[in-house]
Amino acid sequence: MRARFVMSEVGIGLRRNLTMTFAVIVTVATSLSLLGFGLLSNSQVGVMKDYWYDKIEVSIYLCGDLSEAPSCSAGKITIPQKDQIEQDLKAIPVVQNVFYESQADAFKRFQERFKDSAIAQNVTPDQLPESFRVKLKDPTQFAVIESAFSGRPGVDVVQDQRAILEKFFRLLNVLRNGALFIGLISVLTAALLISNTIRIAAFNRRRETGVMKLVGASSFSIQLPFLLESIFSAIFGWAVALGLLSGFKVLIDQRVAPLLTFTRFFGWDAVWIASLQLLAVGLFVAALASLITLRRFVKV
Amino acid sequence: MIKFENVSKTYPNQERPALEGVNLEVAKGEFVFLVGLSGSGKSTFLRLVLKEENPTSGKIFVAGKDLSKLSGWKVPELRRQVGTVFQDFRLLPNKTVFENVAFTLHVLGYSQKEINREVPEVLELVGLEGYGDRRPSQLSGGEQQRVAIARAFVSHPAILIADEPTGNLDPTMSVGIMKLLDRINRTGTTVVMATHDSGIVDQMRKRVIELEGGLVVRDQVRGVYGYSG
Ligand SMILES: Nc1ncnc2c1ncn2[C@@H]1O[C@H](COP(=O)(O)OP(=O)(O)O)[C@@H](O)[C@H]1O
Ligand SMILES: [Mg+2]
Repeated sequence: MRARFVMSEVGIGLRRNLTMTFAVIVTVATSLSLLGFGLLSNSQVGVMKDYWYDKIEVSIYLCGDLSEAPSCSAGKITIPQKDQIEQDLKAIPVVQNVFYESQADAFKRFQERFKDSAIAQNVTPDQLPESFRVKLKDPTQFAVIESAFSGRPGVDVVQDQRAILEKFFRLLNVLRNGALFIGLISVLTAALLISNTIRIAAFNRRRETGVMKLVGASSFSIQLPFLLESIFSAIFGWAVALGLLSGFKVLIDQRVAPLLTFTRFFGWDAVWIASLQLLAVGLFVAALASLITLRRFVKV
Repeated sequence: MIKFENVSKTYPNQERPALEGVNLEVAKGEFVFLVGLSGSGKSTFLRLVLKEENPTSGKIFVAGKDLSKLSGWKVPELRRQVGTVFQDFRLLPNKTVFENVAFTLHVLGYSQKEINREVPEVLELVGLEGYGDRRPSQLSGGEQQRVAIARAFVSHPAILIADEPTGNLDPTMSVGIMKLLDRINRTGTTVVMATHDSGIVDQMRKRVIELEGGLVVRDQVRGVYGYSG
C-alpha cells in the first residue's frame, strides 16, 4: 500500500468515527495533563529542595550566662574554646563555610526580624546566644557535625534546620505521589478507551477489512490505518495537554510566584522535559493498546 | 492449479464432516462448477482453497504450494493469486465503482498511474464503461456483481473463485454474469464456481463436480446439473 492511500483511509476512519475520535483526544489530553501535573509537582519538589537546602545551615549555639545544658556547667564559653571549635569546623571536609555570629550580631538580626513587634523592645543582646552558622557542602551530612560538637564543653546545642524542612518535604512527597498516581490511573483509563474505540472501529469497518483480507492485504497493512488513527489521536491529545501545562506554567509565573516569594518555581525546561516524557508515554500507550486489540480483532 | 488429496474437514464442535475424503485436481485454465444442495460443502471447499480454514486431514495444493506448509504471514500472498466473488457482492458502499475496483490495486501497492490505466480497462471488460463515478447503491444487482468481478480480476489472479455469484440475481442478469466469467476463463484464468443454479450449469457444458454431504459424488467433464446415476 502506498502512503497516500493509507493516509486517505486514516482520514476517512477518523472522520467517520468523529465522536469517538473526539472522546479519545479529550481523554488522552486530560490524562496526559494529570500525569504532566504530577511530573511538574516532582520538578517543583526538586526545585524547592535545591532552594531550601541551599539556604539551610547547621547552627552551633554556644554557652552563655543563661545556658542550662550540662556542657555549659562551666558557664560562658571561653575564647580558646571558641577558637578551637572554629579550627575544628574548618578541618571537616563537608563544611563549606563557617560564619560566626556574636551576641551583638544576633541582636541586630533579631531587631530586624521583629521590628514591628513588642518583643524586640524587651530583648537585650546578652539574652541572645552567640553561635557558629555552618554551611555544609552536602546538607544531609548533619550527623558529622552533630557527633563532633554536641555535648562538647562550651557548646549549648547543635541545631539542624533541615529536620524541620524534612517534615515539610515528606508532606510534599505525598502530594506529588498522589498526583503521579492519579495521572497514571487516568492514562490507564485512556488506554482502555483507545482499546475499546479500536474494537468499535474494527467492527464498523469489518467490510473494508474483509475485502482487504480477500484481495491479499497483509495483517500489517490491514492494521496500520487503525494504529495510525489512535496514534494521531494521541498526538492531538498530547498537543492539547501541552497547551494546558504551558497555561499552568504561565499562571504560576504571573499569578502565584509574585505572592509566594519564599520559594522558586519550576522553569520552562521542566515543562519541556515533562512534555517530551508525556509524548513518549502517549505514543507508547496508544501503540500498545492498539496493537494488543488489533491482534485480537483484526487478523488475516 | 488446485489439488485436493484425501481432504476432510470437520468444523469444531461438529459431528459430521463438512467435507470427507475429497480427491480432485483442477488444471490451469479450467472452468469448474461445484454443485450440490445447500450444506453439501461447496463453500467449505472454497474456504479451504483460500486457507480461510485448514483441513482436518489431507493435503491441499494451490498454485503449486502446499497450503499446510504455508505460514500465516504468507497467506496474503496466496490470496493475491486467487480472486474471489460472493453471492452478496461485498462492495464498499462509501466508495465509487472506480474506488471499489482500485481498492485491490491500492492494497497491492500499485501506483496511481497504474491504477488509472488498469481500472478503466477492467471496467470495460465487465461492461461497466462510464460507471466509474457511481456508488454501488446506484447499480442493479447484476451491475454490482460485475463490479465485484472487476475487483477480483483487476490484478489478473491465476484463479477466480465464485461462491454462488448468481444467487441473488434474476435469470437474465445471471446469464450476463456467466458470459463474463466465461470470458475471464478464456484469458487463461482458472475459474471455480459454486452454484445450485441448474439452468446455468446445463447451458455452459463445463466440468461439474457434485458434492453431497461432503462427499464428491460426481466429477464429469461437460456435465449437466441434474445428472444422477
Ligand atoms: N463455520 C462453521 N462452523 C460449523 N459448521 C459449519 C461452518 N460452516 C459450515 N458448516 C457446516 O458445514 C456443512 C457444509 O457447509 P457449506 O460448506 O457452507 O455448504 P454449502 O456452501 O454447500 O451450502 C454444513 O453442514 C454447515 O452447517
Ligand atoms: Mg455456501
